[in-house]
Amino acid sequence: MEKTIVESERLTQARALVASLEAGDDTEATRIIMNFPENIETDLFQEVGRLTRELHEAIVGFAMDDKVVQAVQHEMPDATERLTYVIELTENAANTTLKAVEDSMPVAEELSNVSDKLATEWDRFRGRKMELEDFRALSNEIGQFLTLASSHSKTLNENLSEVLLAQGYQDLTGQIIRRVITLIHDVEEKLVRLVSISGTARMQETKKEEVALEGPAVPNIEQGEMLSNQDDVDDLLSSLGF
Amino acid sequence: MDKNMKILIVDDFSTMRRIIKNLLRDLGFSNTHEADDGLTALPMLQSGNFDFLVSDWNMPGMTGIDLLKAVRADPKLASLPVLMVTAETKREQIVQAAEAGVNGYVIKPFTAGTLEEKISKIFDRVAG
Repeated sequence: MEKTIVESERLTQARALVASLEAGDDTEATRIIMNFPENIETDLFQEVGRLTRELHEAIVGFAMDDKVVQAVQHEMPDATERLTYVIELTENAANTTLKAVEDSMPVAEELSNVSDKLATEWDRFRGRKMELEDFRALSNEIGQFLTLASSHSKTLNENLSEVLLAQGYQDLTGQIIRRVITLIHDVEEKLVRLVSISGTARMQETKKEEVALEGPAVPNIEQGEMLSNQDDVDDLLSSLGF
Repeated sequence: MDKNMKILIVDDFSTMRRIIKNLLRDLGFSNTHEADDGLTALPMLQSGNFDFLVSDWNMPGMTGIDLLKAVRADPKLASLPVLMVTAETKREQIVQAAEAGVNGYVIKPFTAGTLEEKISKIFDRVAG
């Protein structure tokens, strides 16, 4: 079908050429001749044109894609901030834990030393090898030890609670890292699309619904109005009648 | 406040569940149970006679806010006290939780003192 159209066009043009030559119209004849090569290569030109346009549109489309712009302008720098914050959180947790452990060790050691000493004295008393004066001294020491044991146990318990709480970093950093993984996945998807653009099988875009949740507040990142501490949360809630 | 009350802790991170569980035990509450998201938590709540729910917000499956809404929508659970313990600190989200009927809101990271304070505040109100 196309071929016949092309052939009939050529025939028309040939007739027009002959006609213009017979009529002595040089200008028209030249114009028709100049048009020949273009016509012959029309298909090729059209194909190259089509490819060029598609590639151009694809590249423009890629650049205009909000998610890519968003990724390049905000999310990539944000990801850096987020990961830096992860380092900070893990470092803080490690320091808190180490400090609590370091503070606890001498406390536990003192309890152990004093109780060892008292145990020796106690054995002497149980073996009836102790003078009354020494027993009075031992009795005082035991009294002091009980006070010491009570306060040291409290200290140890407080330090252990601090270690416990410090482990919350795992939840917070986990949430932050998950976000960065999602971003990397999105960018990867876009790059795969760009690579496959000249091919015919363009990957179906799988648009995930945007998560409205903001996750942990990360310093130096625009996240909308984030409340920085429990007091602010309490103030907001009490302003709402809580 | 009944120290034997049955408490459900819902968080997708097991470390956070352990932290909350240990803190609650420190405060004298040892009847605690755990779930890792709203979908697991809801049937437990519906059949388990729980007295108190402590939930995270951002969880796969069913989020804490959806769990809260489901609890408030269930006639048998509607009056269950709910404490949200979450890293979500966006103003709109806190307002949203308040509107959904949360009883308390603690942001992570938190201290044992904050947790204790919010819990006693919730049960003072429930009692009063």
